[in-house]
Amino acid sequence: MSDIPGDLKYTKSHEWVRTLSPTAVEIGITDHAQAALGDLVFVEIPAAGAKLTAGSACAVVESVKAASDIYSPVDGTVAASNTALADEPELLNREPYAAGWLIRIDVNAGQAPPLLSAAEYAAYLAASGT
Amino acid sequence: MPFIPHTPADVDAMLEVIGAKSIDDLFDEIPASLQAPALSRVPPALSEMEIARLMGERAARDGRPLSFLGAGAYEHHIPAPVWAIATRGEFYSAYTPYQAEASQGTLQVIYEYQSMMCALTGMEVSNASLYDGASALAEACLTAVRANRQSQSRRVLIPRAVNPTYVDVVRAIAGNQGIQIETVDFDPRQGRTAVASLQRWARQDVTAIVVQQPNFFGCLEEVDELTDWARDNNVFVIALVNPTSLALLKAPGQWGRRSDGRQGVDIVCGEGQPLGVPLASGGPYFGFMTTRMQHVRQMPGRIVGRTLDAEGRPGFTLTLQAREQHIRRSKATSNICTNQGLTVTAATIYMSLLGGAGLERVAALSVQRTSELVAALGAVSGVREVFCAPRFHEAVVALDRPVAPVLAALARRGILGGLDLSERFPELGHALLVNATETKTAADIGRFARALAEVQSITVGARGAAQQRSMT
Repeated sequence: MSDIPGDLKYTKSHEWVRTLSPTAVEIGITDHAQAALGDLVFVEIPAAGAKLTAGSACAVVESVKAASDIYSPVDGTVAASNTALADEPELLNREPYAAGWLIRIDVNAGQAPPLLSAAEYAAYLAASGT
Repeated sequence: MPFIPHTPADVDAMLEVIGAKSIDDLFDEIPASLQAPALSRVPPALSEMEIARLMGERAARDGRPLSFLGAGAYEHHIPAPVWAIATRGEFYSAYTPYQAEASQGTLQVIYEYQSMMCALTGMEVSNASLYDGASALAEACLTAVRANRQSQSRRVLIPRAVNPTYVDVVRAIAGNQGIQIETVDFDPRQGRTAVASLQRWARQDVTAIVVQQPNFFGCLEEVDELTDWARDNNVFVIALVNPTSLALLKAPGQWGRRSDGRQGVDIVCGEGQPLGVPLASGGPYFGFMTTRMQHVRQMPGRIVGRTLDAEGRPGFTLTLQAREQHIRRSKATSNICTNQGLTVTAATIYMSLLGGAGLERVAALSVQRTSELVAALGAVSGVREVFCAPRFHEAVVALDRPVAPVLAALARRGILGGLDLSERFPELGHALLVNATETKTAADIGRFARALAEVQSITVGARGAAQQRSMT
């Protein structure tokens, strides 16, 4: 059973979203996603200043058996990226909700992206047979 | 190992399981208008005896001309062991087997090849090879666009002194991927790219510049100046090199005069044919590509790595496969999922047999023979060398009359006299690109010069082609 913290929001593509302020979020991949991908060996993340569009690929995580796109849950601009992941991609496996965060985003005004609550995400995982 | 493993009974059984009536049903989603009709113009199959005879007759038509034609593919001596070893059953296959549990020998050969290419080019990582030099350049341009994060423009500068056939291939492969190619002129006296002309692009967003060394005319580019200019302007350098020349010339990994650790190019690519692969109507040859470790995930093609197995013993296996099409699908670095295993095997054996010193002798002799060739041709009335920049093993000479009829007359004398440049480079006049490698003796060069003098004396420059034909 994967870990799904109650204070975060989620997407169906297995990203988590932490609200930092009314206009800033932090995103990463869920415990379920890191377990499904296996040992992560490489992370490619956008640099600060990159413009993001909700639903479009903004990063790549690579394990020994697959490479997967990470989709931005919001429109916005990258405020910071987790440079520690370049040397320690295994942080994504070890602490997906803490040290393994991917990017922080300054969200464009007027955004209300349709995100899932922890309960909804848990139900989604259960329904998709995982 | 059978490569067509399914009997008709196997196929029927599989179709029954999935509920399809025929193989054609599997292609239903492709509209009928887009499906190729039956290939009615393919002639019936021939027996081995028939095909051997037909191909033998066609090969004989080419004759065995004395060749001074280079322009990207070069006739070098290939020591007999190269193909004796490469055609052993363990290597000789239409398919390169990559399974680590069954193919340690093949994988180790590729690993050794990669190590040799890194040493030769002065770079940190090599792929297992690409199809040929031209497609390797196209892939290098695409790699640069992915890897140069400081550039958004997808603009690639390609000097006119780069092999024009390669540029055609780059346009065909990369042109529809949003890559904008801009042309840099060469100095008409020197025959090499004019560094000063790059100032047009200074402080603009340019993704990469291609530097061919030696360039298409055989001239040596000022690679240090070009590389330093590119570094100053955040432009990636793609070195397109002749591997033989690297035995004498500075490795692209050391191009540039900077001392701040940003020396050297970003990507090196080229045609591997000079390393033990015989000339054969355009192939099969192989392309090579090397780069820096920081760009390895943007490099296309297969990579073999050395690792330890479960019991701690060293072994070889494909690595970094998540870049590749069978894993990343449409987002892969390239649709290239294979390498040129057999020609790479030959090149690895060739390099092992010659070693650094042997390759250096091949390169030095080729330079010397080309100098002798240029001197001999220059002594023929109406022939002069066009450019003054230092050259490697190829040179452009100008005739005082159209080149095509002269080449035809030389061909009738059993000599391939070089490449007619007048269509691609009309500004050079009646220009001919000639090459001599270590395979050409003083007698061969004398024979070419005498034949050219004879042809020049009996073809008439300014008059009609019909007259030339009747006289030769």
